[in-house]
Amino acid sequence: MSVAKNEEIIIYRDVHKWYGDFHVLRGVSFTMQKGEVVVICGPSGSGKSTCIRTINRLEDHQKGQIIVDGIELTNDLRNIEAIRRDVGMVFQQFNLFPHLTVLQNVSLAPFWVLKMKKSKAEEVARQLLERVGIPEQADKYPGQISGGQQQRVAIARALAMSPRIMLFDEPTSALDPEMIKEVLDVMKELAQSGMTMIVVTHEMGFAREVADRIIFFDYGQIVEENTPEEFFHSPKHERTKLFLSQILDY
Amino acid sequence: MDETRTRTHTYGDDELPPPIERIPVLRWLKENLFSSWFNAILTIVFAALIVVLLSGLVKWALGARWEVIPANLKLLLVGTYPLEDIWRIWTTLYVISFLVGSAGGSRGGLMRHISMTIALMSVVLAIIPFGWATRGWIIGMAGSTGVGFVLGHFAKGFRRYKHLEISMWVLSLPVTIMLVNGISGILPVVAGRNSWGLMLNVIGAVVGIALSFPIGILLALGRRSELPAIRLICTAYIEIIRGVPLITLLFMASIMLQLLLPANVRPDLLIRAMMTITAFEAAYMAENVRGGLQAIPKGQYEAASAVGLNKLLTTTLIIMPQALRLVIPAIVGQFISLFMDTTLFGFIAILELLHISRSIMGNVQWRGTIFELYVFIGVIFWLACYSMSYISRRIERSLGVGKR
Repeated sequence: MSVAKNEEIIIYRDVHKWYGDFHVLRGVSFTMQKGEVVVICGPSGSGKSTCIRTINRLEDHQKGQIIVDGIELTNDLRNIEAIRRDVGMVFQQFNLFPHLTVLQNVSLAPFWVLKMKKSKAEEVARQLLERVGIPEQADKYPGQISGGQQQRVAIARALAMSPRIMLFDEPTSALDPEMIKEVLDVMKELAQSGMTMIVVTHEMGFAREVADRIIFFDYGQIVEENTPEEFFHSPKHERTKLFLSQILDY
Repeated sequence: MDETRTRTHTYGDDELPPPIERIPVLRWLKENLFSSWFNAILTIVFAALIVVLLSGLVKWALGARWEVIPANLKLLLVGTYPLEDIWRIWTTLYVISFLVGSAGGSRGGLMRHISMTIALMSVVLAIIPFGWATRGWIIGMAGSTGVGFVLGHFAKGFRRYKHLEISMWVLSLPVTIMLVNGISGILPVVAGRNSWGLMLNVIGAVVGIALSFPIGILLALGRRSELPAIRLICTAYIEIIRGVPLITLLFMASIMLQLLLPANVRPDLLIRAMMTITAFEAAYMAENVRGGLQAIPKGQYEAASAVGLNKLLTTTLIIMPQALRLVIPAIVGQFISLFMDTTLFGFIAILELLHISRSIMGNVQWRGTIFELYVFIGVIFWLACYSMSYISRRIERSLGVGKR
């Protein structure tokens, strides 16, 4: 998967964030190349979700610098809108729009934000539903399909904006075990197609197989940043070893 | 999820249908009404009470002077509206039944159901011997509904037609009000506007609903705004209005505005009353809508932002449709109470149904017909309110598809 990478698409410089008095992100710095797949893992409450939510500014940061696709994230509304068009996001709870059909969920943003014609937007949506393997569910409502299918619709919905970066915030944590694979397969296919992806997940099998790099978070800081090979076989930090021993021993 | 609903169930080899329990009448009686000596006494006492009350009611109903209703029907329904202008009211009804029929033809579902009901009701009503002119007008209702239905049915292929229908609905309110009232220079203005009986309740309710609904939505959004000034103004408005009874506001509108405003900008009494009821109901509507808005999970806002929708699109496409659906029962409940609140207009000398009936009761010829008239008023209000409640249940059911 290591294609030619020379474009820095995400730059994080000493990013800090507080929720009230609570210091969630304590000086996070990293960069990502175009086409890279990065998995972020770590114990809950370590700030990993907050971290990826700052990339499309669902959360703001109070100190430091975040540059996404050449645009620095500030309070400027136009910048935020431009970045959200370039960054797709998939949530733990799917967050599909329950009052719209699957097809409408996917074609909504291309029609209203990209100003595509309705027929064109629906064509795009159908192609994407085909790509995530559920073209036959187009006219159902989210409440009528399974969790794994809902999450695949959510991926299609994000892809409909032709994003340059995809964010996944624990995409399989709310799924029944037998549905996890169908979602991971779609993500794997996406990674192989060259999409730049940041994935917060506890799926270590996926991390090992698909990630170019693994970032390990604890207490709002990056503890370790490593290739999957090194990360699983010879982790540098005691904290990483402890974490891995706790999640891999079963 | 709920796949059982989308798949018809067939029983496998080792699966059995649930057992059906049949309870004989006598056992049901024993279990539910006479299970102990105390329950048996209660049953007998209440049965006796019901018999006494019902027989009294039937006896009164058989001897009541129901002729007061047909004799004053015109007065009750449209008050002092002049007979030579009554075609304007019929034309209004035709416009509306045409629009309902057209929507029924082009959209089907609930609208088709309503247009069928209108057509059927007019045919049934036309059997009653009102006099040939009136019966002709009533039959015309079925005709205009039918014409609308056929047109809607054949024009539904054009996407433009549905847009046209919506604009006709929006236009129908001001147009029909101008038609009924008259408009200076084009159609003579009808005098005696403040004593039009039931028609005033209907106009007051329709105008109140049509205006207080959007204003209420804006107030609800304003109360949740991030801008402190807007939030403060909307909150203050809602809390002040909700702290004052409607009747007080109506008195203020009828008397105080007279004193405060110079004569040449003083709006007509009926318009002041409608402005007041709109302002009043909008505050309650805002709180209903806000209740719905609060029930929408944060994830919906985040998902909408993440696909690039701005605040306006997020609100109109994602949040509001879900929020309103959640509070349909509360909103319809409020429409119903708004309709009944229009009877308060009578206290500021606007003779709507309730108060025009009181003037009939005061008439020597109809002395002692108080109950007959009140029963009639009750039936009219029940019919109107039950229809609203029925329609709301149908809407809820038809929107229920996408619920999770």
